[in-house]
Amino acid sequence: MQAAEHDAVFTSAEEQEKWLADAMALVQHHAFYMHRALDANNIRDVLKFSAQMLSELRTSKLSPQKYYELYMRTFDELRQLEVFFREEGKRGRLNADIYELVQHAGNILPRLYLLCTVGSVYIKSKEAPAKDVLKDLVEMSRGVQHPIRGLFLRSYLSQISRDKLPDIGSPYEGEGGSVMDAVEFVLQNFTEMNKLWVRMQHQGLVRDKEKREKERSELRDLVGKNLHVLSQLEGVDLEMYREVVLPRVLEQVVNCKDELAQYYLMDCIIQVFPDDFHLQTLETLLGACPQLQPTVDIKTVMSQLMERLSKYVAASPDVLQEFLQVEAFSKFSHSVVEVIDAQPDMPLVGAVSLHVSLLTFVLRVHADRLDYIDQVLGACVKKLEGKGKVKDSKATKQLVALLSAPLEKYKDVVVVLKLSNYARVMEHLDYETNKVMTVVLIQSILSNSTMISAPDKVDALFELLKELIQDSEGQPLSDTVDEEDFQEEQNLVARLVHMLVNDDPEQMFLILTTARKHFVQGGPRRLQYTLPPLIFTALKLVHSLQAQDLPEEGEGSGSVSLKKVFQFLHQMVEALAMVPAAELSLRLYLQCAEAAGDCGLEPVAYEFFTQAFVLYEEEVSDSKAQVTALQLIIGTLQRTRVFGVENRDTLTHKATGYSAKLLKKPDQCRAVYICSHLFWVEDGGTIDGERVLLCLKRALRIAHAAQQMSSATRGTSGPMTLFVEILNKYLYYFEKGNPQVTSSVIQGLLELIVTDMQSEATTHDLEVDAFLASTVRYIQFQKQKGDSIAEQYASIEVQ
Amino acid sequence: MVLVLALGDLHIPHRAADLPAKFKSMLVPGKIQHILSPGNLCIKEIHDYLKSLCGDVHITRGEYDDDSRYPETKQLTIGAFKLGICHGHQVIPWGDLDSLAMLQRQLDVDILITGHTHQFKAYKHEGGVIINPGSATGAYSSITYDVNPSFVLMDIDGLRVVVYVYELVDGEVKVDKIDFKKTQGPQ
Repeated sequence: MQAAEHDAVFTSAEEQEKWLADAMALVQHHAFYMHRALDANNIRDVLKFSAQMLSELRTSKLSPQKYYELYMRTFDELRQLEVFFREEGKRGRLNADIYELVQHAGNILPRLYLLCTVGSVYIKSKEAPAKDVLKDLVEMSRGVQHPIRGLFLRSYLSQISRDKLPDIGSPYEGEGGSVMDAVEFVLQNFTEMNKLWVRMQHQGLVRDKEKREKERSELRDLVGKNLHVLSQLEGVDLEMYREVVLPRVLEQVVNCKDELAQYYLMDCIIQVFPDDFHLQTLETLLGACPQLQPTVDIKTVMSQLMERLSKYVAASPDVLQEFLQVEAFSKFSHSVVEVIDAQPDMPLVGAVSLHVSLLTFVLRVHADRLDYIDQVLGACVKKLEGKGKVKDSKATKQLVALLSAPLEKYKDVVVVLKLSNYARVMEHLDYETNKVMTVVLIQSILSNSTMISAPDKVDALFELLKELIQDSEGQPLSDTVDEEDFQEEQNLVARLVHMLVNDDPEQMFLILTTARKHFVQGGPRRLQYTLPPLIFTALKLVHSLQAQDLPEEGEGSGSVSLKKVFQFLHQMVEALAMVPAAELSLRLYLQCAEAAGDCGLEPVAYEFFTQAFVLYEEEVSDSKAQVTALQLIIGTLQRTRVFGVENRDTLTHKATGYSAKLLKKPDQCRAVYICSHLFWVEDGGTIDGERVLLCLKRALRIAHAAQQMSSATRGTSGPMTLFVEILNKYLYYFEKGNPQVTSSVIQGLLELIVTDMQSEATTHDLEVDAFLASTVRYIQFQKQKGDSIAEQYASIEVQ
Repeated sequence: MVLVLALGDLHIPHRAADLPAKFKSMLVPGKIQHILSPGNLCIKEIHDYLKSLCGDVHITRGEYDDDSRYPETKQLTIGAFKLGICHGHQVIPWGDLDSLAMLQRQLDVDILITGHTHQFKAYKHEGGVIINPGSATGAYSSITYDVNPSFVLMDIDGLRVVVYVYELVDGEVKVDKIDFKKTQGPQ
């Protein structure tokens, strides 16, 4: 052992190679003589040369990796030696004698290798009880305390004894000992090896520590192998595992106080022993966790255990009962708290990811226990207490994972809304991440078509989404927000409104007022996105109330009525108009007006029209916007039958007045001729042929004026399209049987158009030509129909 | 054979959250050559969605469309057919076939596609067709109560067009077919 004093200063790779080559050559040299002695059956020479060969393993120069190569080389030679010893036995030599004989070897290391080799043969011969030989060997191996040499020697002992342990069902059981002896032997070897392994880190210079730890890590499987052997023993049943194996192994793990060993061995225990053992000894196993060194990555160990056990349930659902019996969940959650408390330096991300693992475990094993999920979230909130918004990006990522897991599992936001701690976790997310999470929530609702039907759930949902729906302290200044992003987010909120559905009008109305309560806090910038869907949902409610034929006034204060819904609508559109969003509000007032008309509520309908008209007069100034708004006003008014003569006259008068005041002549002309439809409403509406004709004549006058303006400014009269359009309107009323529209009037207009189109002063336009041509074709077609229409058309002549 | 998708009045997000999932799974990219929409999509996201189905998208402006660049009317030629698109809120009385026929004469098209009423209609007359594909989302309408989601697929082949209408009734997609033959080629 003289080399041990100035212990292994591992040198460069080249030197290592050279030393290994030298040692290998010597092993080969001694092995050659050993073989010769083997062939000659000369036991003394065999022992002499094999001891010399094994002396090469006494080196301290080699790195663990190189030492391993050397060890493997001698290992092969020792197999032949073992065969020789067995032959010797057959030739009549007592194994006990050989066992004595090898102890004459001068150095301890070769002596112990030889002893193990003979021991193996000795046990196999059953000349001595296995337990005695094993005990002797494991005790004597204490003589080597150099970490690498000791580790490999014990590894050799472990290797040759594996198939000779007095396990249940093994030939060495009985006289050779019991499984208890086997366990005792392996445990002892494991304990000693672990001690040697841990001690390895103290060998050599401090500056080489990092490299040494890496090398040490490479040797971990030599130690772990013992645990594997234990797990393979037939005789180790649950009871023995619980009473002997696990406590002893954990004792060593905890007491060695070494980070590398603790992490590796805990992981090893989880991997090698069966699932049901873990389940039944959960308390003991988890109990060790807080006792480990504060730097051990315990969260990974625990996650792996949880993962293993959840896979266990997934593979055999019958065992769920056992999980409940041993209270697996409460043990895990208790342990999570303890571990976090025991490791005060654990970064936040570690604590949160432990909760993520625990939640994943619950979702896999106890998917029906929402209370467990809420408990996990609650425990996490507790850890976050006083920390405000989490700023660490890794911890934030874990928080998002925590919040996303239940959503991914259930694909149902309604389930998530039952978790009282969900919102509290969300509050710890920074503004941007919170918003990302809210978008995830909404997208989950949309893509899974989750309907939210309870008003209190709607309330809870909007509470959860408040960063999206309202202004908040953490948000960036509005001019730094990307407008397109903002629009997309608000459009998502708008889409969400359609997922709030309840067939009961009472409940639906409650949902609407709840949504309003949240939306009005969003400020004008959001209202233009959030109110329209709310308004249309209320209009849908009007339809369903109509279908139910409810009385106009609600009975009692709580119940919903058409009146209440229209009041709601009025407030909402008014709020939207204040944003301001005049054009949109005007359209919505008209929608409400038509709906009120359909419900027979004349004053309500009138009020909505009035509001629309006020907006038209005061807020809509763009001429193109005016044209569209007017089309919608006329279109809606044309359909609204609820009005008495007086109201109707007032509104139509206004509408025709607006038409005549449009800026561009062609717009005026078209608006005026469509106003004619306000005086010709079939199926029981107004029929006033005279006023229809007045509109058409007025449209013609404007068309003429437009042409004159055109010739005055451009030198040519404008295209004839307005005239052809008006001609078509004449034909329309002609067919409808308006007595004021006669065939001679049409004939006159047609001839006027044809003449003008042939005039050189008129601008020629292919589209107008085609329009006229198709109109003429139409007249011809009608003439040929051969029914009353044809008779009507008979007097109109076309070329 | 050319496939033309006609759909409109989606009113997203004002009146509906999205297209029905069943429609979305039927509408896959690469099968359709042209998309014609009378409008009211209403937001950019839906425009982008249509673009993802087919590169050739023609949209006219509905009264709720954000995008002011959509024209009021549009004409195009596909094979032997001239087609016209217009949302229809401009044509009063709304949904009135005689008034729409006038627009068809004005645009001088064989097939006119309009919307606004949220009610599927296909009307053959004096050598032309007027189609309203209804509302693809079954959006609320003051004109039509209890709107079923619907859209139209036109298969244009020579002088023949087969109009398939897909309607979602109680969660099931129903298909109807209307044949139309043109007597002469384009002039």
